[in-house]
Amino acid sequence: MTAAEAPAGRQLVYTLAITEGVRQALQEEPLAFMAGEDVAGAGSVFGIYRGLLDEFGPDRVIDTPISESGIIGLAVGAGATGLKPIVDIMFMDFIGECMDEIVNQLAKMRYMFGGKATLPVTVLTMSGAGMNLAAQHSQSLEAWLCHTPGLKVVMPATAYDVKGAIITAAREPNPVFVVMCKGLMALPGEVPEEPYTLPIGKANVLREGDNLTVVAHGRMIHEATKAADILEGEGISVEVIDPLWLQPLDTDTIINSVSKTHNALVVHEAVRFGGVGAEIAAQIAELAFDYLDAPVGRVAAPFSPVPFSPVLEQTYVPNAERIAAEARRILGTG
Amino acid sequence: MRGRSDARDGVPIPLCAEDAVANSSQAMEPSEEVLKDLHLRMVRIRHFEEEAGKLMEQGKSPGALHLYIGEEAVASGVMVHLSDQDQITSTHRGHGHLVAKGGEFKKMYAELYGRETGYNKGRGGSMHISNVDAGMLGANGIVAAGPPIAVGAAFSNKYLARMEGRDSMNVAVPFFGDGATNEGAFHEAANMAAIWKLPVVFVCENNGYGEFTPQAEHQAISDVADRAAGYGMPGVICDGMDAIAVWEAAGEAIERARSGGGPTLVECKTYRFVDHVGLRGIGLHYRTDEELEEWRARDPIPQHEQRMVEMGVMTAEEIQAVHDAVMADITESIEFAENSPLPDPANLLNDVYTPTAAS
Repeated sequence: MTAAEAPAGRQLVYTLAITEGVRQALQEEPLAFMAGEDVAGAGSVFGIYRGLLDEFGPDRVIDTPISESGIIGLAVGAGATGLKPIVDIMFMDFIGECMDEIVNQLAKMRYMFGGKATLPVTVLTMSGAGMNLAAQHSQSLEAWLCHTPGLKVVMPATAYDVKGAIITAAREPNPVFVVMCKGLMALPGEVPEEPYTLPIGKANVLREGDNLTVVAHGRMIHEATKAADILEGEGISVEVIDPLWLQPLDTDTIINSVSKTHNALVVHEAVRFGGVGAEIAAQIAELAFDYLDAPVGRVAAPFSPVPFSPVLEQTYVPNAERIAAEARRILGTG
Repeated sequence: MRGRSDARDGVPIPLCAEDAVANSSQAMEPSEEVLKDLHLRMVRIRHFEEEAGKLMEQGKSPGALHLYIGEEAVASGVMVHLSDQDQITSTHRGHGHLVAKGGEFKKMYAELYGRETGYNKGRGGSMHISNVDAGMLGANGIVAAGPPIAVGAAFSNKYLARMEGRDSMNVAVPFFGDGATNEGAFHEAANMAAIWKLPVVFVCENNGYGEFTPQAEHQAISDVADRAAGYGMPGVICDGMDAIAVWEAAGEAIERARSGGGPTLVECKTYRFVDHVGLRGIGLHYRTDEELEEWRARDPIPQHEQRMVEMGVMTAEEIQAVHDAVMADITESIEFAENSPLPDPANLLNDVYTPTAAS
């Protein structure tokens, strides 16, 4: 069920959908706990875990030292010995502090041990630019994670999807990174009150169309949808797909769409070189080459750190106008 | 009495564990059963490693092996106190830890041979050998990766004891070297264990070298136990060439952890008799022959055997019988490994993920 198909009902903003997802994950699983920097007393620097300490107490909602290696190591050790850790890495940029624990321990333990360990670990982290937080608090590093066998990666960009992604991850016996978008914190959406999950590895078709497939993830799904509105006024019908799960990736939905539209444009906020979009473009080229009327296009951030000054940051982050312009170029209408 | 001088600098090692024993009303004295247990574990490690090293250097088992020869007293002295419900994390020099924790030779050699019958079904090899069912959470190719994982296991132990209303907790023991204490992961783990009073005993196997670099060149302290003060936990030093000394120090620390008294850093001064990799090594001359001989003279196994004979615990014949039985097990186990099936390449992608109903 996509956000568009969700029954009309209660509205929640993205941040409160996060809170509700974690709350319900903790409610339904006594072996689950939440740990991270300032997640308990402060309810997180983003306010996304407010109230959880009061409801579940300090044994289950735990402030850690500022120790990202320690946090992921805690999750690996606790997960391998029977608990269901939900841990928070405040800003995604901080995964640099714990890449060994993520890449060499969390992702690989099960395989290295011949399938004799299970790592039911959920990692929540906030990505993306748009708040003038500069180069170390604004990155979209999902490609680093998607390149690591053993991890699952979901990047929810609606209130509905973020709650569902958290509950799905918490119930999953594998390590799942829920990469959240700080630029969407105030975004409202329909969110059912009961717990629900998302099908792992299933894309959302946000909008159907005939002339061009735009594959966008994270915050860019909203820019892609705006671009589709603009292009509609020009007589161009755009299909917008949010893979949602970047690992595993729903290749079938993307290929089926391109087979219909004959044109493809991949969009993300992360740096273009080596981004997830490069993999998606390569898969389209491999699997749908004969259907393509033009080379696959990409709109993504340039090869630069995220700049601080608002004027530079706005230039850096892709937007609907740039997506629309690239669409026109691909279709030869621009 | 029990090898109290540090051959590296001639300074007597202050045995804090012994101090504690001296101050307590009843000193810990190992029973005959414990003495024999320590001996058997050490002998099993020694012979396992010597044969494993030969197999690697004969080209029979693939990859590289980091052998535990010389350090047997540490793993054995600690592991006597642990059950299968207690966890350990190990290092790239991890065979000794698994043997001491009850590892079966057949599954161990099969793993070194990359066979489907190995502990890790041939997916891990020497540097990742594990037995989760017995609480052995893996050798690890990354230096200092173990302590944070052990902290996680200890967190589970405390959490589950609370859920189940138990006062006594299972204990997690990360083993690591002197070099590992220069890694940030060690520091983060020690700090977290201390602030949460987790049932962890940090066991540092200080063999005087971080790979090929002597301790004096890689850290400005000679006693790793000094680091414990920075975490607000007790730090004790023991003679890592003496199984009883390790048994005493580890026993006290493990008991404290089990009963909720929090973590301890136990530093065991020990020595690697062979090179960083393999038996013959790679021909680097970073240790003097004199230093090697000094430490070899303190070999923990003959030392322990001599003591048992003097105490009348075992006769020389009985000791020889232990060696013979271990060697017979090894011969049979190597044969098992060599005759075991290789993994089927069709199963290359198995176990990257835990299967779910949906997948």
